[in-house]
Amino acid sequence: MKIKNVTIILTVLLLALIYVVAFPSSFNRGVETVNKRVPFSVPMLEERDFMFGLDLQGGAYLLYEADLSDVPMGERTERMEGLRDLIERRIDLYGVGESMVQVRGERITVEIPGAHDLDEAIDIIGETPFLDFRETSPEMIERQQEKWEEIEDYLGKSMQEMTFEDLMGLQDSEIEDWEIVLENTYEITELTGRHLENARVVMHPTTREPTITLDFNREGAELFEEITGRNVGMPLATFLDGEMLQEATVQEKISGGEAQITGDFGMEEAYNIARDLRIGALPVPIELVSQQSIGPALGEESLEVSVQAGIFGFLLVSVFMVLIYRLPGLFSVLALGGYILIVLFLFKIIPVTLTLSGIAGLILSVGMAIDANILILSRMREEIRKGNNVKESIEKGYNNAWSSIRDGNFTTLMVAIILFFITTSFVRGFAVTLILGILASLFVAMIINRAFLAYCEESKLAKFKKLWA
Amino acid sequence: MRFEFTKYRKIYYAFSGILLLLSLGGIVFFGLVPGIEFAGGSALEVEYPEERPSPESIIEDLEEIGLREVSVRLLGEDGVLVRTESADEETYRKIMGVLEGATEREFESIGPAVGEELRNMSIIAIFVASILVVLYIAISFREEDGSVSSLRYGFIATGIAFFHDVLIVLGIFALLGYFYDVQVTIPITVALLTTLGYSINDTVVIFDRIRENLRKNKSGEDLKTIIDRSLNNTVGRSVGTSVTTLFVLFSLLFFGGSALYYFVLALILGVVLGTYSSIFLAGALVLDWNSLTKNKK
Repeated sequence: MKIKNVTIILTVLLLALIYVVAFPSSFNRGVETVNKRVPFSVPMLEERDFMFGLDLQGGAYLLYEADLSDVPMGERTERMEGLRDLIERRIDLYGVGESMVQVRGERITVEIPGAHDLDEAIDIIGETPFLDFRETSPEMIERQQEKWEEIEDYLGKSMQEMTFEDLMGLQDSEIEDWEIVLENTYEITELTGRHLENARVVMHPTTREPTITLDFNREGAELFEEITGRNVGMPLATFLDGEMLQEATVQEKISGGEAQITGDFGMEEAYNIARDLRIGALPVPIELVSQQSIGPALGEESLEVSVQAGIFGFLLVSVFMVLIYRLPGLFSVLALGGYILIVLFLFKIIPVTLTLSGIAGLILSVGMAIDANILILSRMREEIRKGNNVKESIEKGYNNAWSSIRDGNFTTLMVAIILFFITTSFVRGFAVTLILGILASLFVAMIINRAFLAYCEESKLAKFKKLWA
Repeated sequence: MRFEFTKYRKIYYAFSGILLLLSLGGIVFFGLVPGIEFAGGSALEVEYPEERPSPESIIEDLEEIGLREVSVRLLGEDGVLVRTESADEETYRKIMGVLEGATEREFESIGPAVGEELRNMSIIAIFVASILVVLYIAISFREEDGSVSSLRYGFIATGIAFFHDVLIVLGIFALLGYFYDVQVTIPITVALLTTLGYSINDTVVIFDRIRENLRKNKSGEDLKTIIDRSLNNTVGRSVGTSVTTLFVLFSLLFFGGSALYYFVLALILGVVLGTYSSIFLAGALVLDWNSLTKNKK
């Protein structure tokens, strides 16, 4: 087989593969049918969605500035990370889609897609973090014990012999509220983050295990003494924002305002918990400096019309290319189709969050892709008009156009890269799509389009010069 | 087709000179209207499903609760855009309280410090980009025989993109700002940077051809003939590329929704100017700069 045929087959295969990975729904349907008929099963491809930015799907954008003036230099990064985790946890509690919280220096940006009530979002983030200590409740333990006995009687086996399935089977039985045996038995105490002065990590002197040491203030120390006094041998748990952070068994009554938590955690986890505890107790003051709520209706309308306008523009370009450049123009249009496929594939795989300015960048990069094709085609046409045959003309057209394509794309690429590093997230979307678009367009013009042309240059089509120029 | 592009260069210089003067005048006398992302401030877009009050009464209501720099613009059938100084959470709630019967579409508030930082960042981005482009072209064209210095190509390509194309687009936005309150926002800045890249790309293609024809020049033709031939070689490509890019941009302008309107308009202006300047100014400037330095020697 000729090398040219191999190239064109490889190109078509590559595009088909890209299509299947980017839009796997029809492939997966095919796999389903096959799997029904054969003894082994073919794995399906994961369906991914495009990620849309806030301006497209609507949501809240908040920018906070932390006051770090009281925080020593060395602790600042750590503080900001703690703050970020805390805000993330709070938004998760709020229960909207995937939020994005990013730290840049003293600033924290929060993007919450789907949150249309700014007030509510701000309230949830702005609440002071809440740390509390919980002890086991004697009533709860008693109720659980009673329930266990009831279940043991019902199933006729002891607690140790029961399996998970046995418990699930209780669903349909007449035993009411059997689930409480699985619930935790904690009850809030008066001791909270207000009483905490510091949290740090030390190595336990005898076991060499990482240990979290909590320092309470005077009131906290008294409360802690009282609580540990009545809970010796029982677990005591630390909760942050209503989620259990750590559970530790009280060894003895503790006075002196210092608590040690040894548990099943490594060094890194210990440090993270200590950090969370410190920040839970002493949050860095944050101030809201900029806020934005974006209505989804506006975004949806813009997206739809932008896509339609893009398709319309592409059709116009296609007609133009075929009218002016004839057969090679048609190949360029096909190659451009491949180009759009590759770019959409990259957006899904990386993934790139699509914003309006990102889509604008994409459409602009289509222009750059066409430019590369036009450069090559007009050089080719020059060679044909000089009387060269099609094969030579393609070769020369590519060689002559290359330095222009390289310099032009490289300068635009440089501008895009600078935009990416110097500006804000809104502009960054534009830069990212432009960078990907330029790289893809070089690939398409130099490899894919060339494969099409090379395939034709020795076929019968090459004899009709009218088709070429 | 043979057209002596450089023969009429005085006309192009005059035309561009007038445009530049008008633009500079527009920028100096009218000034640009910075978007709130650069100047700080807040913008609230609401709609009144029922009856929409008059702009004057909205301004009055808002000034009553102590807001400064209030401006109100009507949008479409039932929309209102309110701009004021940067508003914190509490002020925002107060504003929504005053605007009775209105539902919020968008709200944006940016502190003055953030705005200034962003403005500085954009200026830095433009300068760093320009310097790197000059250097890149200078390096990429350096194998030249010396008849035109490679740094000169870089300066001309970047110079006309920056001081001609971008400046005139800015001038047009100064006029638009003065008469229609159009703001220079982040998307407009993006469009300016794109214009910069696009115009340089256009000019580089032409310079590339000049370089190639200089290299091939065995019969000792003068620079003017070579530049004219190079322009004739490349004009088809320049027009073709601009027309196709403009197809996409115009369909976005007409059918692309209001959110993108001024962004796309700025891009269209940039593409048209970039194409014009690369065809009519770039080659002519290479010619004149060269004869200027030759005369001095």
